[in-house]
Amino acid sequence: MSSLQEKIDEAKKLSLQITKETEDDRLMTLSVGPQHPGSGHFRFTIKVDGDYIVFVDPDPGYVHRGHEKMCEYRNHFQNIPHLERPVIHDSCNITYAYSLAVEDLVGITVPRRGQFIRALASELSRLSYTLYWLAIYGIFLGHSTMFMWPAGDRELLIDLLERLSGARVTNAFNIPGGVRNDIPYNFKEKCLAQVNYFETRLKEYEDIFYNNPLLRQRTEGVGILTKEDAIKLGVTGSVLRASGVPFDVRKVEPYDVYDEIEFKVQYMKTCDSFARAYVPVLDMRESCHIIRQLLDKMPDSGDVREKLQFNIKSSPGETYKRVESGRGALGYHVVSDGTPRPYRVKASVGSFRNLLALPFLLTGSKLGDMPAIYWSLNYWPVEADR
Amino acid sequence: MEKNNTENNQTNLIEVKEEKSNLLSSSLINSITTNFGDQVKLVYKKENRSKILVSPENLVETALYLRNNHGFDHAESASGTDYPADNQIEINYHLGSYSNTDYYPYILVLSTRVDRTDPKSNSLINIFPSVEYHERETYEMLGVFFLGHPRNERFILPEDWADMPPLRKDFRIKGR
Amino acid sequence: MIKDLVNPTNFNLLVSNIGDVLVKALDAPLGYVINWGRVWSLWPVHLETACCSVEFGAVSSPRYDAERFGILEAFGSLRQCDLIVVQGTVTRKMAPRLRMVYDQMPEPKYVIAMGACAITGGLYLDSYNVLPGIDSIVPVDVYVPGCPPRPETLIQGTMLLQEKIKRSKVK
Repeated sequence: MSSLQEKIDEAKKLSLQITKETEDDRLMTLSVGPQHPGSGHFRFTIKVDGDYIVFVDPDPGYVHRGHEKMCEYRNHFQNIPHLERPVIHDSCNITYAYSLAVEDLVGITVPRRGQFIRALASELSRLSYTLYWLAIYGIFLGHSTMFMWPAGDRELLIDLLERLSGARVTNAFNIPGGVRNDIPYNFKEKCLAQVNYFETRLKEYEDIFYNNPLLRQRTEGVGILTKEDAIKLGVTGSVLRASGVPFDVRKVEPYDVYDEIEFKVQYMKTCDSFARAYVPVLDMRESCHIIRQLLDKMPDSGDVREKLQFNIKSSPGETYKRVESGRGALGYHVVSDGTPRPYRVKASVGSFRNLLALPFLLTGSKLGDMPAIYWSLNYWPVEADR
Repeated sequence: MEKNNTENNQTNLIEVKEEKSNLLSSSLINSITTNFGDQVKLVYKKENRSKILVSPENLVETALYLRNNHGFDHAESASGTDYPADNQIEINYHLGSYSNTDYYPYILVLSTRVDRTDPKSNSLINIFPSVEYHERETYEMLGVFFLGHPRNERFILPEDWADMPPLRKDFRIKGR
Repeated sequence: MIKDLVNPTNFNLLVSNIGDVLVKALDAPLGYVINWGRVWSLWPVHLETACCSVEFGAVSSPRYDAERFGILEAFGSLRQCDLIVVQGTVTRKMAPRLRMVYDQMPEPKYVIAMGACAITGGLYLDSYNVLPGIDSIVPVDVYVPGCPPRPETLIQGTMLLQEKIKRSKVK
């Protein structure tokens, strides 16, 4: 055996001498760029040694439209339509935090019925976002049925949002002071019917997708993010909850009516890509329970909005308010100097914070595991660039 | 937040919560001021939020103290605000805690002010690794150089950006 | 006697006359067949530019099925596609890449500008990083307005493009 090993070593040395290969020659630089079926609007450069990824460098900014600068030139009401564009299909959550911050600065409270409707729209948006994320996850892994089924079921929820606000995705429903209009006639019954149907569909997703042996092989044990690393890197949302930390802003720091709703924080302890893919489904089930309780406990009548002046002057000071969106804790740091326009708005979005885990997880893994790890981090490129 | 038309036991609950979190704020601020005395200035103290202002030399020391003694382990966001009237740039770190369940809802804002003409600050990347990309973005948007950060480079803006940092107040958007 | 009839000028005239007759007879049906093939298999490039990509994804969903028009998302390479749908805002960082992708596609190629941001800059006209419309980079065939356009509007836009292709002359 030893002579065989010696022969192999000698052959390797000889071949290296012939090809004159150095360490650097073995690495190949690839650009997983903006035009790629597996990357979205985002680029990252990777150096590959055979089949293993050695170096990752993310390069965001392809959709940087300057929202924070634009906020300083518009007043609080005019900021709502353009602030909801970073995550166009989860728009009721990203404007929720801004409305909370402005109400804190101005010093008003929203009427109770308005708070319930806001929470209801937020849960429906969260369901719609998670279904789109699941659809793209399926297609990145090559499971095209998993693209069709969630994309089709999502249309039913978009119908509900369209009845509420008038638009399919860019709702502009939350404004500082409450919501824009009351829920339409017959909405409660339709909403309950759709949510009940949707829960039966969740069981079918588990059958074709999560119990699929190919998916399990591709995602179990791949991209392990331990609890200490997750805390150190500061990730948020379903990525954090899949690593064993039961942190959900709705439970930890309840805003509006979430302290009257009973629900459990769903988390898993296995820390791999499969857990990061499965926690959103558990979250969706909890969202269905929350929607039922919200429809039950909503007061029958009342104002939905505290009417504010268009050029409302917020008192000088600053505040930081956060909500739980589909990607994690979304916070707004708003600084105001007493004029109708904010002085500085900084949005701390879940995608930007989760981006730090991407080079950490991809180095050392195989090239074929890249889509499974990349999209399981719940990263939406448009939001990270703001 | 106070709700005007709620039942009795709910108002009691809210009062208890407010007291508890104000207690948390008070105990935290007390321990910081006993340790650091004059070097730390309290800007505001609210329910679940408070803000302290330190000078740039004491930033790393304060951050180490907060991490080791109180369990703050990550930064929710880190950014800066431009104050041309005072000729300063203020850098804010919103610190949170995932390991200490008492501080789950709490966010402490650690801020410092640097000179606007030559903004330099110590990087907190060795204490809180989660600020890496936030500091890089602050460098390119406001021009603040972070000493100790491995890559003070272009991140989100295009590679051929030759103008001044966009989030400064003297960068005017065209037409406004 | 045949040698007297078939001399160079006569032969040239004969060939050119036969050529004219062939062109007149075959041009219309052959052109029709080629256009028919192009119209019913428009393959878009997998390039997502900005937020309108969500509505583009919804067009392929079971409700507004785009596959019945032949619009398949080709997961192969860029060189097999002939349609580029610019979905939404084009920033200054993305603009050279868009032009590169457009140049790499083989002829014939068509461009649909989807969304208000691709037409004139839309909501972001005064932002520092946004291009006011893609007219200056690529030649656009169909403009689909909306912010974001509903999936039915995008399908109507592709049908307009199909009409345009049917009317065009094949070289």
